[in-house]
Amino acid sequence: MIAAVPRSGWHVAAVVEASPETPSARRLVLDVPTWPGNAAGQHLDVRLTAADGYTATRSYSIASSGPGTRVVLAIDRLPGGEVSPFLVDEVRTGDEFEVHGPLGRFFVWHPVEPGERLTDAAADGPRPVQLIAGGSGVVPLVAIASAHGAAHDPTQMRMLVSVRTPEDAFFAAELAELARASDAFALDHAYTRRAPDGWTGHVGRLTRDEVERSVVPAADAPLVYVCGSTGFVERVASWLIELGHDPRAIRTERFGGT
Amino acid sequence: MSFITRGFTGRGRERDDRLPPGQTLARDFPVLSAGPTPEVDTDEWEFTIRTESGVEHRWDWQALLDAGVEDVETDIHCVTHWSKLGTSWRGVPLDALFEEVETDAGYVMAHSYGGYTTNLPLEEVLDGQAWIAIDYDGEPLDPEHGGPARLLVPKLYFWKSAKWVRGLVLMEDDQPGFWEQYGYHNHGDPWREERYW
Repeated sequence: MIAAVPRSGWHVAAVVEASPETPSARRLVLDVPTWPGNAAGQHLDVRLTAADGYTATRSYSIASSGPGTRVVLAIDRLPGGEVSPFLVDEVRTGDEFEVHGPLGRFFVWHPVEPGERLTDAAADGPRPVQLIAGGSGVVPLVAIASAHGAAHDPTQMRMLVSVRTPEDAFFAAELAELARASDAFALDHAYTRRAPDGWTGHVGRLTRDEVERSVVPAADAPLVYVCGSTGFVERVASWLIELGHDPRAIRTERFGGT
Repeated sequence: MSFITRGFTGRGRERDDRLPPGQTLARDFPVLSAGPTPEVDTDEWEFTIRTESGVEHRWDWQALLDAGVEDVETDIHCVTHWSKLGTSWRGVPLDALFEEVETDAGYVMAHSYGGYTTNLPLEEVLDGQAWIAIDYDGEPLDPEHGGPARLLVPKLYFWKSAKWVRGLVLMEDDQPGFWEQYGYHNHGDPWREERYW
């Protein structure tokens, strides 16, 4: 796809929807009239300014993509944090703050556009895509899965989501609908603390065996996107390499310290 | 005048003159990288400086240590808004490695195991401004923080401090590295907030 790269900049964002996402997280839908659009997988910076001019800036992944001026975030409350508790607990519809973006041009994915499959660049066929999320790390991957669904892209895409309990799953209804609507998108779950009723699989920290069973095999040369805490991403990425995946085809995004 | 957000008062008020604009103090040590962590043993590790005329200077792990390790206490700043103040490192100053290198080039491209690159002006990595760091906080550098050896250039945002560094290629003309091609600022001075272009 040949697309102009929108230049990032500061924008005023108004909160148009704020709703609980999980027990610890909230979904915010922003209207950003000057937003240049963003690719699936990008992030932005939120800047809050106090009355005395004090500012605090944090980066958040974007759960939406495309040319519109609506930007969807899902923010997990970091206990003791300065910005996320404000966004999760205090911001309300109509409030405004600044955002800078879109940012990041590497952890992104573009759907195959109609007609593009016949070009030389796609002569070998598009690469299958594997998405692997730990907890709130699913947010940028939701943007990728949604872009895939919206484009009716026939590229094989599979997503593995690891969460503590079913209630901790972000965008659960949207992802289930994407999986139902398209044969090209498959959704797998792993539960680390408690699984839904009727679950017959393993409950506990994600294992290498589960990753091997539920990701596109290395032989199919998928592009792999892994997003989650540092520990999660380190474990999963090292297993993928042990399972034969090409390190150059694994893109990672991490949050939190060590 | 910046834009005021209703109800936001802020809690991180322990402002410190050592904190560049837009930065927040981090208690932990966040990890950021574009791909998986390469595992590099010190007995396989090798570091090369290649000049603009193609001359290669090589160091294995022992040769690096023999070049002279020193203690470095410094503040570090990540483009994603966290800073750590007074961090403790041990490493070999690039000055020691450049003693044998003859060059008129103005820029270097740092190359890493795993394929990462980042570009720097040569004058900003000499004269006690950059190290090949091998220890952090009294311990060998963790692989996820770039061990066994990473570049340490504290005066610039930390994406310039290439993890898993394996060499420097001297360049007469500046060229963007990995993140610089993906939208990060070509230079990256935290005090001027050179984050993105």
